[in-house]
Order: sequence, then structure tokens, then C-alpha cells
Amino acid sequence: MTGELASVPALEMRGITKRYPGVVANDHIDLDVRRGEIHALLGENGAGKTTLMNILYGLARPNEGEILLDGKTVQIADPSDAISRGISMVHQHFMLVPVLSVAENVVLGAETMARGPFLDRREASKRIAALAAQFGFELDPDARVGSLSVGQQQRVEILKALYRDAQILVLDEPTAVLTPQETDEIFVLLRRLADDGRSIIFISHKLYEVLAIADRITVIRRGRVIGDRKPGETTEAELAELMVGREVELTVDRGASHVGGPMLHVEGLRVTDERKHEIVPGVSLDIRAGEILGIAGVAGNGQDELIEALIGLRKPSGGKVSLDGRDITGCSPRDMNRAGVGYVPGDRHRFGLILSFPVYDNLILTSYYREPYSHGPLRDGAAVAESADAQVARFDIRVPSSNVATSTLSGGNQQKVIVAREFERPLKLLILDQPTRGLDVGSIEFIHKQIIAKRDAGTAVLLVSAELDEVMEISDRIAVIYRGRIVAELDGRTADKSAVGLLMATGGEANPAEEATA
Amino acid sequence: MSGIPDALNAIPVLGIVFQLVGYLLANLDSISNTTVAIAVPITLAALCGVLCERSGVVNIGLEGIMLTAAFVGWFAAAAAAGAIGTGTPSPFFGATLPLIIGVAAAVVAGMLVSLLHAWLSISLRVDQIISGTIINIGAAGITGYMYSLISAQSLVGAGQFEKYVVPQGVVDLPIVGWLINAVLSQGPVGLLTIAIVIFLQVMLFRSRWGLRTRASGEHPRAAETVGIDVIWLRYRNVVASGALAALGGVWLSMEQTGNFNAGMTQGRGFIGLAAMIVGRWTPLGAFGAALLFASVGGFSQSLTISHPTGNLGDLINLVPGEFWEALPYIITIVVLAGFIGRSIAPAADGVPYERESAS
Amino acid sequence: MSAPAGTAGSGFSLRDWGSSLFWTLAESVTAILLAVVVGGIGITLFSGFLPNNHPAFDVGLPFAAYGALWSGAVGSINGIGSTLSYATPLALAGLGVGLGFKAGLFNIGGRGQFLMGSVGAMAVVTVMGPSQNGLITVPLALIVGGLFGAFAGFIPGALKATSGAHEVVTTIMLNYIFVFATYWAISGPLRLPNSPQAITADASAWGAALPTIHIPEVDILGLHLFGADVLGRDAHYGILLAVLALPVIWFLLFRTTLGFEIRAAGANSDAARYAGMKTKQLVVLTMSMAGGLCGLAGATTLLGVVHQMAPGYDTTIGFDAITVALVGRSNPVGIGLAALLFGGMRAGAQTMQISPGVPGELVDALQMFILLFLVINILRRWMAKRPTGGSALTTGAEVAPLAAEVSK
Repeated sequence: MTGELASVPALEMRGITKRYPGVVANDHIDLDVRRGEIHALLGENGAGKTTLMNILYGLARPNEGEILLDGKTVQIADPSDAISRGISMVHQHFMLVPVLSVAENVVLGAETMARGPFLDRREASKRIAALAAQFGFELDPDARVGSLSVGQQQRVEILKALYRDAQILVLDEPTAVLTPQETDEIFVLLRRLADDGRSIIFISHKLYEVLAIADRITVIRRGRVIGDRKPGETTEAELAELMVGREVELTVDRGASHVGGPMLHVEGLRVTDERKHEIVPGVSLDIRAGEILGIAGVAGNGQDELIEALIGLRKPSGGKVSLDGRDITGCSPRDMNRAGVGYVPGDRHRFGLILSFPVYDNLILTSYYREPYSHGPLRDGAAVAESADAQVARFDIRVPSSNVATSTLSGGNQQKVIVAREFERPLKLLILDQPTRGLDVGSIEFIHKQIIAKRDAGTAVLLVSAELDEVMEISDRIAVIYRGRIVAELDGRTADKSAVGLLMATGGEANPAEEATA
Repeated sequence: MSGIPDALNAIPVLGIVFQLVGYLLANLDSISNTTVAIAVPITLAALCGVLCERSGVVNIGLEGIMLTAAFVGWFAAAAAAGAIGTGTPSPFFGATLPLIIGVAAAVVAGMLVSLLHAWLSISLRVDQIISGTIINIGAAGITGYMYSLISAQSLVGAGQFEKYVVPQGVVDLPIVGWLINAVLSQGPVGLLTIAIVIFLQVMLFRSRWGLRTRASGEHPRAAETVGIDVIWLRYRNVVASGALAALGGVWLSMEQTGNFNAGMTQGRGFIGLAAMIVGRWTPLGAFGAALLFASVGGFSQSLTISHPTGNLGDLINLVPGEFWEALPYIITIVVLAGFIGRSIAPAADGVPYERESAS
Repeated sequence: MSAPAGTAGSGFSLRDWGSSLFWTLAESVTAILLAVVVGGIGITLFSGFLPNNHPAFDVGLPFAAYGALWSGAVGSINGIGSTLSYATPLALAGLGVGLGFKAGLFNIGGRGQFLMGSVGAMAVVTVMGPSQNGLITVPLALIVGGLFGAFAGFIPGALKATSGAHEVVTTIMLNYIFVFATYWAISGPLRLPNSPQAITADASAWGAALPTIHIPEVDILGLHLFGADVLGRDAHYGILLAVLALPVIWFLLFRTTLGFEIRAAGANSDAARYAGMKTKQLVVLTMSMAGGLCGLAGATTLLGVVHQMAPGYDTTIGFDAITVALVGRSNPVGIGLAALLFGGMRAGAQTMQISPGVPGELVDALQMFILLFLVINILRRWMAKRPTGGSALTTGAEVAPLAAEVSK
């Protein structure tokens, strides 16, 4: 299974450290990759894998550490420098121009020229077809990239690397967008590339994939290398434990929940995306008043679409949603808001705040239309200001005054603005999408306490987070979402973290009997 | 009219179509000649737009660039003629040294105005519409100011370029003679325009520069990841495109006429923008759209010269003359709104590019 | 790629400092002064082209020109009246453009909307006939003019909401369509009955003009305050409409929920949508209102100043209004001040053209330089070495780029 191991690694990264303001993204990371090896970089979202690869690809510069190629220290200035040194990267979001042909995309930046300023398209097509044939797949060089399937587009990306004769190929979450069948195909292709003597760095957080394809696995957590394993000598359970960690976290006392009657009832909800793909093929869940349901899942398993359907931004293609006994399927966001649904969006800059507006306006962004902030068509500035001051005090938002632009606040205080806005009124349902992403420990703790308080006031809370720690910490019940379906429900207090991690990564199809209820 | 067409007149629609064909054939010479001429500055403005927007920079300052070049070229030629004399026209399109100096000055001026647009929109990342507006207002103001001053001086221009005279033998060729005559009886800028259209069409889709330009306008980040300097490429394209719009200005003040008038572009820059859109951001398409727009103009001009008779004449009387003039803009809106064959801009058109900082 | 979480403290950063009223004013004043200096250099450079063998490189000429500009604008009752009269359509159309900016829309259609407003007003005058009661027809004509303008704004708004066609391009195209529609109206339906030329009725002769403002002589404590019988040549009561519109739009933007929605959709339309606002309807509504304001500019100009439409009836208001809205930072107060500034320049230009003989197009050139110095943000470049990214002079909101977002 392993390729030939030369004495000098093709790539060695030593003591790589990258600090961003307030965050150490990479903390003295060591990594070595041999010729003909598929080397997996395993870690949760935000563990520092992408930063490390951006350093390798010249998109970011490390604060400390060095990079060696074939034993020689190199400085990688920018992507074209990396390319000329034989390093290529297949980005998670493909760097392809949809309106151009396969051949045009492949040769872009490394054009094969005929006479004068002209491209030699025939020669390029010939080389592309030959490369594709060498590695056992077919691609029409004249096809428009935009008309290709995602799997084929990925092959175009790989062809781009091969066309530049890349010896080190980095693939960032290459299977995130693929179907299982396409995944199998890409694995075959990667193995062929490795057998050809190239080094593959495979970034993933999916355990079974890593075990299936890698020759060696380096696990990264919170910017540090946690372990180095070989697939034959480890198990999914061990990898899950390494990846998510075991140490006792700073936990909030979630207290006992006083669960009331049923509040949110979702039955067979189906949601499709813009391209008419059914991302959520049928979700059923119930949340009772005074209960927090945490949805754990790897990003991109239908969480966004589920949330958008629940807050009224996306019309469900099937199924039923009712709140406190009232059917609210397909209601507009405003009607949802009126019905008592609060929502904290995941991308606060894009969806949650108007950064150029003063803090007091963002504090009423979803309730500006109602008393006391407006009387009919007129705004009541005094009421807005008064309530803003009260909320700034209550939620401890650190601002010199509530009329400064929201863009001047720290991330934690910005998030507090959203939390204050949504938590301030009585709610039946509170939907939280990654409510503490990118925040400092103090803010996280504060927001968690507020969520618990809201729950204790009788609100049904739906918490969606890719960070398992967060879901584990405050949920009363945990539902695991996998490929748009709830594959397991567990008790939040007794659930085992590595078991949940395993379910997130595999969907647990091997063991459907695991479904346990509180 | 003889029996059969008379009978056809009884069937109104068919009759009118026949009459229209007959009318067009009868007036083909005048319509086609004016059409190609009207299309020249529109095409040049549209090509300027294509070059900019294909690389991702919106340019609504076409009008201003053209107007500036029209003035600077005319003025430089007039000044040169004043200093060194007009000289005898050479057999080459009646070119004189002052005229050539004028062309050079116009092209430099157009490129300088474009450089301003490039600097504002690429480096400073000013809203590209605002930047274009500044250029349009400034060009109208400054050339208008200078023209007011100079018109009081009764400064005489350096004359104009002559048209190529197609040999009578070719004009008399059956079937294609009129077409060759219509296309080739142009001045140097008119003829050059046709060459530029073909040249740019080939370059845009066959050369390395073209490929990189299209990639920068569609997905600049993807271009940057394969080592293309998007900023530099956009600069080069925008500045070079200024020369094209400048030639449009040269055509106005040194080829079609030998004079400059305040605001003489009369919206041709904006029609050029429309031609670029209807032509789907390709040089050949833009030329085709410019010809289409111009043929509508040629047709309506011809209507005033020799008005058709019969049912066709009655029908055309129902259509206000202004309709024909508005038609190019109506077509553009229809195409933009996607009612007929939607025209889609390059994906990153008008989006300032910010490099990922390698901090 | 992922930006690190914002870690800015809660203190003021230089950027907020810059957005304070003081800096906004300082920037505007700097830009205007610099434009005046550059304009002065230009006047001197080309002074040799003036008639009557004017000396070349006349350093004194800019002072004479600007002096004439100033006295023509505010040096007399007549001048002030003329300034106000020029400022009226600038303020109305400037509000139309500025309102669009606040909503994230770039309305270049001021020209067409102005023309449609004129046509609408003229239509009422034409329908009401040669002897009409101005007290009825003038308000009616203003309303209809506003509605015509609103319709001209509605079209690009609806096109954007339904098909996503960008308003910049559609309004440019519509400008020309409305120019030709206006010519057609003048030579057709609005033509003066039995007139050999294509010309409309004279609103003033038919009793439908906005009345001229008369100011009686006032002597207070022996001081002769107002001497002119008529406030300026063209000063008409349409000025009141602009004076009214400024606070109304300000009130709309900052004191009503609709205004809040407009500003929110302009600043971040995704967040507005997530907050339950109907952003597409807001686009249509805002464009219609913007068109209505530009239409009112046309109606007041027709009824108050021009009175009659002839072939060639056109306006540069569309682009001037963009300048006014930008210099006024899309804020009604700023727009009012900018309209006075540019109205005064237009009024003074006539005096300047007569006396030192400097062409009136100087005003357009000054407009351009003011805008240019504002967008390159010269003051801040001098005062602070802040990491300059975009320009500080924005439209007051994020106007969507011409193309859709770059697909991933």
C-alpha cells in the first residue's frame, strides 16, 4: 500500500508558527511528506490545516519555521513561486473560470504557445488528453467547465496541477462536494498519482476517508500536531478522540432543564438548493419548551438549508413545520419573527449586522417595525435609544456609546449586539447558527449563559454548530445530521464525545440501532 | 407597379414586406454607405468597453474619452498647421503632417484619460461608475471651455482625412459591388476600425493575452492563483482601450468632419456601451450591434430623404421618426432584461480586485 | 483566506474620526478649494485665447473670474434669486439620486426622469387649454410631472427586481429613450394646436406658470433692505417645493420605518433580507421615488423657468445631480448645501462669461475637479497614513457591482 520511501522527504515543514491577532493558527507544526505518499492532514474546522497549506502555497507567510523541499530550505513568496517549485493546490472552492473551456482553464498561466502571441490549442489539448489518459480518466478539453459535474471540475483542477508537473499536490477537503461514487473515483486517481511518484497532501476531517486513502495521518488540533498515525495501526475511534480532544473544557453549568410542552415540530422537511439538488431530503425533529436541541454535524451536511427553511428564507419543497401548534410552513421571515422565532445567523457580518449602522440601529434590526420602536410608519428614535442603552447595559456590550458604528466593535461585542437583539423579547423558538464562532473565551461563556437563561425562560432552542465542544456543552439533546438527515439523537448529558464525532464523520450507517432518546 | 405586386398589396402584411424589400433595394446604396460610417465611432467606443470590461473594469466614461480625444486631436492638428503650415495632402488618405500629429495627440490624450480611470478604479478602488461620471463631466466641461475660448479666435482646423475611393470597376460589380463600396469607401480610421475588430476578435479568443484577460474579468482570484498579475493586466487593458475610443474621437473631428464642436460625441459613447452589451462583450458582436444600430439610423435617414409610398409609406407614417432613433436603446434593454437571448456581463465586471494579502 | 476575528478595541479608530461631521466638512471644503486653485491655474494658462488679444498667462484673470462668479451668485438680490432658481432642480434631482444611493442604487436616469416630469406637466397644461386657472393646473401639473418621473424611475427599478438588469445600464439607455419620447411628444401630442413648428404651448401665456416671487420694498429703521421688485430673473415659487422636499426626504430617511428599511437594504441587502425586509419591493419603490423627485425637478423647471418646450428641450441635470448627491454625501442637508453651491456657480457663470469673458463651462470643469479631489480623498491622504483601501467618498451605501458576485 505504501509507495517507495526515499531517504529525504519531498517536503518538510519545521516548526511552522503563524499568529493572527488574538489567535495562534499554527503552533510549531512539523510535517514531513515523502515521495509517492498520500499524507492526510486530519483536524476539525478551524484546527489550522488550511493556514498551514496557505503557508506552503505562498498565500500566507509564517512567523516562525522553515520549509524544505527535497532537503533544501526554500522561501515561498507567492503562488506562482510555489507552482514553479512543483507545488500545486486544489482549493476547496475550485479556482476555475466557469465560462472557459477545460483546456483554457488548464493552460491559464502556463500557456503552451504557438507562434507569436497565439496559443497552441491543439498541442495543449493533446497534452491534456494524454495526461488524462495516463491517469485513467477522460475529459473533453473543449467542454465548458461550467457545464461539468463537480467531480469532473475537480479533475480539471488536478489536471491543472499535472500540466504544471506538480510533484506535491495539496487537496483541501476534496471530497466535501463529491458524491460517494465520485469520492471512490478520486481515490483511485489519487493513488495512481502517488504511484507515479508524486506526493499528495490530503486535508480532511472525515475519518473513514482518511483511513481508506492515506499512507500516513497527521492529526492537528488547535494549531498543534497531536499525533502521527498509520492507517493499519489506528482506529476511527482513536482518530476521533485525537481530533476532537478529551480534556475537560471550561463548561457552563447548564443546570437541570424544566422541559415544557412541545414547541417546535418538524416533520419530513425537505429543502432544495438553487441548483434544485435536494440538500435536506427529509428532517423530522421536535423541540419542547425549555429545551436545547443541539445539531452536530460536519459543515455542509444540510444545516444551512435546514435553518434557512426554518426562518422563512427558503421555501421548503415538502414537509411540515409547526410552532406551538400553529402551522408555519413556508411563512416569510417577517411572519416567523412575528410568530416568536429569534435567529442568530452564522455569518454575522453578512447576515446579522449592518456594520456601517450605529449600534442602536442594529439592536432593533429585526424588531424596528414594532412597538415601541415605531408607531405605524414612524420611528421612535427616543424609544430606540432608550432600549439600546438598556440592552448595552444588560448584555454588557462594551461601547463608548450606542451611536458608534457597529464596525468599530470587537467580534465578541458585535455578536453580543445580535444576541441582545434576539434575546431581548419573549421567544417561542430561538435558532442559533454557530453563535460563538471566532469569539474569545469570555464572550463564549457569556453567550452560553444567556442561551441557558433563555431556555429556562421556556424557549425552545435549536443550536447548530460545527464545533462539537459547544454542542456537547450546552445541549439537552443532541441530534447528529449527516447528508441532510438526522442519523442519531442522543442525550446531551451522557453522550460520549468521540461517539458523536464518529457519527458526524460517518453517519453511523453501520449501526442505526444507536439511536437513543432522552 | 405591375399586376402581381398590386395583387400582393391586397394582402397587407405580405404586401408591405415586399414593398419594404423593394424600398431597401432601391435605397441600398445610400443606406449602406451611411450605415458603415455611422457605425465606426460606435464600434470604436464599444471596443474600448469590451477591452475594459473583459478584464473586469466597467467604463461608462467612453463618451468623455472620445470627446477629449476629438478635441485634443483637432486642436493639436490645428496648432501644428498654424506652426508648420498645412502642407500638401499626401495620396495616403490626404494625410498631412499636422493631421498625423493630431492623431497622435488624440491617442495619447485618450490613453491619459483612461489612465485616470484605471488609477481611480483599480488602484484607489473608487466606485467605477463614479469614476466614469467624473470623466464624462470633466471632458464635457474642459473641452467645452476650450472650445468656447477657441471659437472666438476663429481657429481653422487642419482639415480632414479623405476617404478611400473604390475603383468604379469594383463598384459596378454585380451583387457585391455595392457592399464592397459601402465597406471600403472609408477614411483611414474607418478602415482601421474594421481591421481592429478582426484583430481584437482573434486576439481575445486565440492569444495568451486574451485568455488571461477573460480569466481576470470572470474570476480574478483564480487568475491570481495561477500567477497572473490581475492588477497590472487590468491597467494595461484599460489604458490601451483609451486609444480605441480616442480613434473614435479622431473619426469625429478629423475624418467625418474637419471641425470640433462642443459635445460633438452626442451620446455615441453610450451607444457604444449599448453595442458592447448587445454584442455580448465580443469585438465582432459589438461591431455587428453597431452596424445594426447604425442601419436603423441609416434607414431612418433614408426615410427623410426619399419617403416610401403605398401601404409601406402609410405604415411608416404611423411610426414616429423618434422611434427609430430610440430603437437601439430599446433593443439593449430588451437584451439586458433577458426577454430575448440574455446578455451576461463578465462575472467580475465592476468588482474592484483586492489582492489576498500575504501577511 | 479567512480573516481573523475582528479584535479592534472599543475605542475610536481613525476611521470613525474621519466620518465625523468635522472631517466630512473639512474634506468637502478642501476639495472645493483645491478645485478652485486648479481651475484658476487653468484660467491663467489659457488666458491668451481670450478675445481682444488678452495677455497670455494673466495671473489676475482667475481673481476677476471668481470675483464675477461670486458677485453673480450672491452679489445682488437678482443674483441670489437666480442662484435659488438654479438650485431648485439641482436639489430635487440631487435628492432623487441621493435617495437611490442610500438604497444602494445608482440612478443615472435623472435626465430621462427630468424630461418625463416636464412632459407630464406640459401634458396637463395642454389638456387644460389656453385659459386655465393656475391655482388648479399648476399643482396638478406638478403632481402629474412627479408621477411621470416616478414611472420613468419605476421601469429600471422593476427591471432590476425582476430580471436583475443593473440600473446603471438601464437608466443610461432609458435616458435616450426618454429624450426621443420627449421630442416625439413635442412634435406630436403636446404640439401647440395649428402651430407650424414643433413647439408646445407657453405655460405662462396660458396662465399655468409657477408665479414669480415678488419681494416688496422693505424699509426697517431707515435701512433699505430689499429693493428689487422681483427676486431674480427666474425666481419662482417652485423653490418652495425644493425647500419642502429636503426636510421631507430627510424625515423619510431618518424618522420613518420605510426610510430605515431603505437605508438598511442599501448598506447590506443580505442582512436586510434576513431581517425580514422585502428588498426587491424596496428597490422598485426607491427607484420610483427617485424618479418622482427628478420628475418634479423637470416640472418645476418647465412651469417656473422655461414655460415652453421646443425641439432640443434637454437637460444636464441628470449628471449634475450625481455631483450634488455625491458632494452632499447623499444626506438631504448636504444635498441642499451642494445644490446651493452648484446653483450659485451656474448663476454666477453668466456674469463671469460677460465680464471677464471666461467661458461658463468652467463650472463643469470645477465640478469635475471637486469630485475628483473628493474621491481621491486628498485630505486624508495628507493628514494620516491610514492603510488606504477604498475611497472614503462613497455613495453612502454599497452600490452593487455591475456583475453578480464572483461565483466560487
